[in-house]
Amino acid sequence: MASSISTGNNMIIKLILTKIKRAATDLLPIVLVIAFFQTLVLRQPLPQMGEVLFGALLVVTGLTLFVEGLEMGLFPIGESMAHALARKGSLFWLLFFAFALGFSTTVAEPALIAVAWEAAEIAGQGGLIDPGQESLSQYAFGLRMSVAFSVGLAILIGVLRILRGWPIHYLIISGYVLVMLMTMIAPKEIIGIAYDAGGVTTSTITVPLVAALGVGLASSIRGRSPLVDGFGLIAFASLLPMAFVMGYGLIIF
Amino acid sequence: MEFIYDFSKILLATCKDVLPIIILIVSFQLLVLRQSIPHLRRLIVGGVYVVIGLALFLAGLEKALFPLGNIMATQLSDPAFIYGPGEVVTQADWKAYGWVYLFAAMIGFATTIAEPSLIAVAFKANEVSAGTIKQWGLRITVAVGVAFGISLGTFRIITGTPLYMYILAGYMIVIVQTLFAPKNIIALAYDSGGVTTSTVTVPLVAALGLGLSATVPGRNPALDGFGLIAFASLFPIIAVMGYAQLMQWSTQRKIKNMEKKNAI
Repeated sequence: MASSISTGNNMIIKLILTKIKRAATDLLPIVLVIAFFQTLVLRQPLPQMGEVLFGALLVVTGLTLFVEGLEMGLFPIGESMAHALARKGSLFWLLFFAFALGFSTTVAEPALIAVAWEAAEIAGQGGLIDPGQESLSQYAFGLRMSVAFSVGLAILIGVLRILRGWPIHYLIISGYVLVMLMTMIAPKEIIGIAYDAGGVTTSTITVPLVAALGVGLASSIRGRSPLVDGFGLIAFASLLPMAFVMGYGLIIF
Repeated sequence: MEFIYDFSKILLATCKDVLPIIILIVSFQLLVLRQSIPHLRRLIVGGVYVVIGLALFLAGLEKALFPLGNIMATQLSDPAFIYGPGEVVTQADWKAYGWVYLFAAMIGFATTIAEPSLIAVAFKANEVSAGTIKQWGLRITVAVGVAFGISLGTFRIITGTPLYMYILAGYMIVIVQTLFAPKNIIALAYDSGGVTTSTVTVPLVAALGLGLSATVPGRNPALDGFGLIAFASLFPIIAVMGYAQLMQWSTQRKIKNMEKKNAI
C-alpha cells in the first residue's frame, strides 16, 4: 500500500519534471544568445544577476503552467464551442460569435492601445491632425475601434470561408493586393504603423482559442479537412487590420 | 514585496484580457446554446492555469529579459561601440553593423522559440496532421524566418531604404510561392506569420528598432523605428512554404529514384 503511494508520487514528480524540462528547453536559446553577446561581444558583466535568474525561473514556471492550461482548458473550450455552434446550425449565431470573439479580444489589447497612442502622437507631430490632447485621444480611440472592427470582420470572413470551403489563397492574395494598392495612396506616416498593427492584434490567449475554433469547425463539417481548412483565421486577423489602419489614415487626413 | 505588487498588477491585466472571452463564452452557453459545458471543472482549472502561467511568464520577462534586451540593444547600436570611441559619424555605414545583424537574427530566433502562441499553433498543427507536421520542425522553421526577417529589418533601418519596397517584394514572393506550395500547408503557413509576434518578440524587437533608429545617424525614430514587426510576420510565411516545397521536392525525387530502380 505504502509503496504504491510512493510510486504514484514518483510518477507525478517525474511528469512535472518533464514538463518543466520542456519549458526550460524553450527558453534555452534566449539564455544562450544573451550569454554569448555579454561574454564575447560586449564583454560587460551582467547587471543584477540575481534578478535575472529569478525572472528566468518565473518564465519557466509560467510557460509550464500555460502549456498545461492550454491542453486542459483553452483548446477544449474552443473546440466544444465550435462543435456546439456547428450542431446548432444557425449561421447568424456562428458569425456573430466569430465577430464578437475577434472584436472583444482586440479592443482591450494593451499592445494595440500602445500602438494607437504612438500613431496619434506621430500624426499630431506631423501636423496631420490637431496636436491637442482631445483630438489625439479621439484619433487613438478611432484607430483602436477600426482595428478591433477589422479583426472581428476578419474572423467572421475566416469562419465563412471554412463553412463554404473557399480556397484560402484567393482571399489572402486579394488581401495582399488590397494592402499593396492602399500602400501607394496612404499617407507615408501611417504605413509603418499599419504594417505593425497586423502583428500586434493577435494576443497569446486569442491565438489558441481562434485556432481551436477553426480546427473544431473544420472537423465538424463534412468534406472539410482540419489541416487545409481549419487554419487561416489568424492570417486574416493579421492582414485585414493593415488595410483598415491605412484606410483610417486616408479618411481622417 | 515590490515583486508581489508588480505580479498582482500583471495578473490583474491578464484577467482583464481574459474577461471579454469569459463573458462571451458564458453568455453564448447560457443564452444561445443553452446547454451545460462538458468537463466544466477541468476547463476552469485549465483556464486558471493559463491566466496564472501567462502572468508569471510576463512578470519574469519584465524582470529579467526585457531590461537586459534593452540594455544590449542600446549597447550594440551605440556608435561608440560600432565605429570605435571618439569617432564622429555623419553617414551610416551599413557594413559596420555586423554584430547588430547577428544579434537581431539570434534574438529573433530565440524569442520565437519561446513564443507561447507559436507553441499553441504548433501543438494543434501536430495533432491535426496526425503527427506529420512535427512541433519542433514547424517552430524552428518559423524561427528561422523571423531571424532572417528581423535581420533584414535592421538592415533597412540602417540604410534608410523605404519599408514598403521590402514588404511589397515579400508579398510578391509569397504569392508566387502560394502557386507552387503543397495545398495543405498554405493555411498553416499564413497563420504562422501572425503568431510569431506577440508576448516575447514584440517588446524586444520594438526596443531594438527604436534604439537603432535613434542612434543611427540620419534616422528618425518616428519614421524608421517601426516596421520590424511587419518583417517578423512576413518572413515566417516564406520560410514555412519554402520548407514544405523543399520537403515535397525531395520526397518526389526519392520516389522517382525508387521507380527507376524498380524499372531496372
